[in-house]
Amino acid sequence: MGVPLSYSFRNLWTRRLTTILTALGMALVVFVFSAMLMLAEGLQKTLVETGSSDNVVIIRKGSATEVQSGVDRYQASVVETLPEIAIGKDGNPLLAKESVVIISLQRRVTKQENYITIRGIGKSSLALRPQIKLVEGRPPRLGTSELITARSVAERFEGSGLGETLRFGLREWKVVGVFDAGNTGFNSEVWGDAEQLMQTFRRNAYSSVIFKLRDPNQFDAVKRLIENDPRLTLEAKRENRYYAEQSEMMATFLRILGTSLTIIFSIGAIIGAMITMYAAVSTRTAEIGTLRALGFKRLSILTAFLLEALLLGGMGGCTGLFFASFLRFLSVSTMNFQTFSELAFDFRLSFDIVWKALAFSLMMGFVGGVWPAVRAARMNIVESLRAT
Amino acid sequence: MPPIVEIINVSKSYRRGNQMIPVLIDINLDIEEGEFLALMGPSGSGKSTLLNLIAALDHVDSGTIRVGGVDITALSENELAQWRAVNVGFIFQFYNLIPVLTAFENVELPLLLTGLSRKEREEHVAMALRIVNLEERMDHYPAQLSGGEQQRVAIARAIVTDPAILVADEPTGDLDRIAAREILDLMDRLNRESHKTIIMVTHDPKAAERARIIRHLDKGFLNNVYSQNPH
Ligand SMILES: Nc1ncnc2c1ncn2[C@@H]1O[C@H](COP(=O)(O)OP(=O)(O)O)[C@@H](O)[C@H]1O
Ligand SMILES: [Mg+2]
Repeated sequence: MGVPLSYSFRNLWTRRLTTILTALGMALVVFVFSAMLMLAEGLQKTLVETGSSDNVVIIRKGSATEVQSGVDRYQASVVETLPEIAIGKDGNPLLAKESVVIISLQRRVTKQENYITIRGIGKSSLALRPQIKLVEGRPPRLGTSELITARSVAERFEGSGLGETLRFGLREWKVVGVFDAGNTGFNSEVWGDAEQLMQTFRRNAYSSVIFKLRDPNQFDAVKRLIENDPRLTLEAKRENRYYAEQSEMMATFLRILGTSLTIIFSIGAIIGAMITMYAAVSTRTAEIGTLRALGFKRLSILTAFLLEALLLGGMGGCTGLFFASFLRFLSVSTMNFQTFSELAFDFRLSFDIVWKALAFSLMMGFVGGVWPAVRAARMNIVESLRAT
Repeated sequence: MPPIVEIINVSKSYRRGNQMIPVLIDINLDIEEGEFLALMGPSGSGKSTLLNLIAALDHVDSGTIRVGGVDITALSENELAQWRAVNVGFIFQFYNLIPVLTAFENVELPLLLTGLSRKEREEHVAMALRIVNLEERMDHYPAQLSGGEQQRVAIARAIVTDPAILVADEPTGDLDRIAAREILDLMDRLNRESHKTIIMVTHDPKAAERARIIRHLDKGFLNNVYSQNPH
């Protein structure tokens, strides 16, 4: 048996002020680390949940998003005739030719301008997204300048609440409904009739064609059919894949930013832990000599001090995670760098983030504690006993 | 019976700068089992160094030390650690208790290096604390005890594994007269009643008086003068 764990723990408790300050330094790093990962996780989750795997998104070959894509009317009508498209309750094919434009709206409170995605929809657009619920008003009538807005847009932007009027493209648009799109990317959009929007913005091409498959297993066949058709310059993606790909670049960016920030901050925290542990070793020199005299081996001393540093790191990690977990109640909105429009989402804590943050904090404790612990273990018994 | 400690032609020097300072020169000394020996001499005469060699805390430059028939100068570092845990009880001038552990836990420490169960350890600790008459203080931390009491806890820690030898380096050096007498009484009792072999370094004649034999170190040489205390 080695030096008891209570020895390491009580030594931390004995110098609690130093312990708390050192642990707080590490807690701050873990907080930043978890916050960035939670942000990336929330963003990814939001975009992934936006799509469904039964739906197919058709965009122009090589365009990453609907915003950059263009599907002309002829090509759209070719897609429309595919027999694999599911039929809705009303007997119409579950297909929508949609057009996406970006406009700038003014915030109610700060009067700041933000870019918002406006989706021009067709008859089946709502039926294709069962996750979207109209919570106020009614759907827009096609052929008119009526709009519905997502709840988070309605709440935050001038003129976008139920019964209010938005002005863009030299026209007035009346908001006749508000929808709740849950935790998805649609929650930052405004919807109106595709043909009306295309007229207003002088567009001849749709941005995308969305349809539901009669049989989801036919996706590969449909994809081949579309991509090999010499009349078409389009590509097909499952809707959930399409949104996942969009999220990947931003999530990766956030993760890299988070990790770089964390590494820079952690150098400070590790140095803090190292100073604390070196001080602990030097004030306990005679104690180390005594333990060695009693018969504890160098390895036991090393373990005791390393455990002390790991405990310190663990405390920092738990504290940082504790505070980071409150971020879950926070919602943020940021620019979707792929479409340059607003995207609202939440911080999300996952088990993966919890263990990564804890492993990271233990790693800081280890790196900070390993040299002091080695120094303690290497001490000469007689010399350390003379240090009384 | 052979002597429990046999020191044969032992020399030891320390390096200071680029100069070697001889501290012990060709020491020969036998200590019989059950002996209570005091090592006296002026400061810097090498008393602690000799004691540390006997207790296997330090290495000889030349010569041999046998304790209980085992040549400790031939053991590896890890073997020595194990050997000390079993064979040596330490009593230090400044008690050297672990401040964050209670009296009970301090006394239990050496037992953690043995294969004893928790229950057996508790019994041994209780017995050791009873011998030094501190049973009721076992939950106190060192800072809550007087110097004399701390040294008694240290003695309990030294005897709890029932080691072959007890080594004490100035055990009364930090204590007032009354506490010092208590400690010496206790060591005397351990020697008489439990037949513990005790090697005590001191430069206090009052302390040395309590030993049965006094040997004097001077400038690295062991004097051939024996003082035998009448008891
Ligand atoms: N680790 C060491 N390094 C250098 N010199 C030492 C060391 N230990 C002891 N000495 C020297 O050896 C001599 C004897 O020391 P010590 O055995 O402690 O004497 P005593 O206990 O009789 O006062 C002293 O001059 C001391 O300075
Ligand atoms: Mg000395």
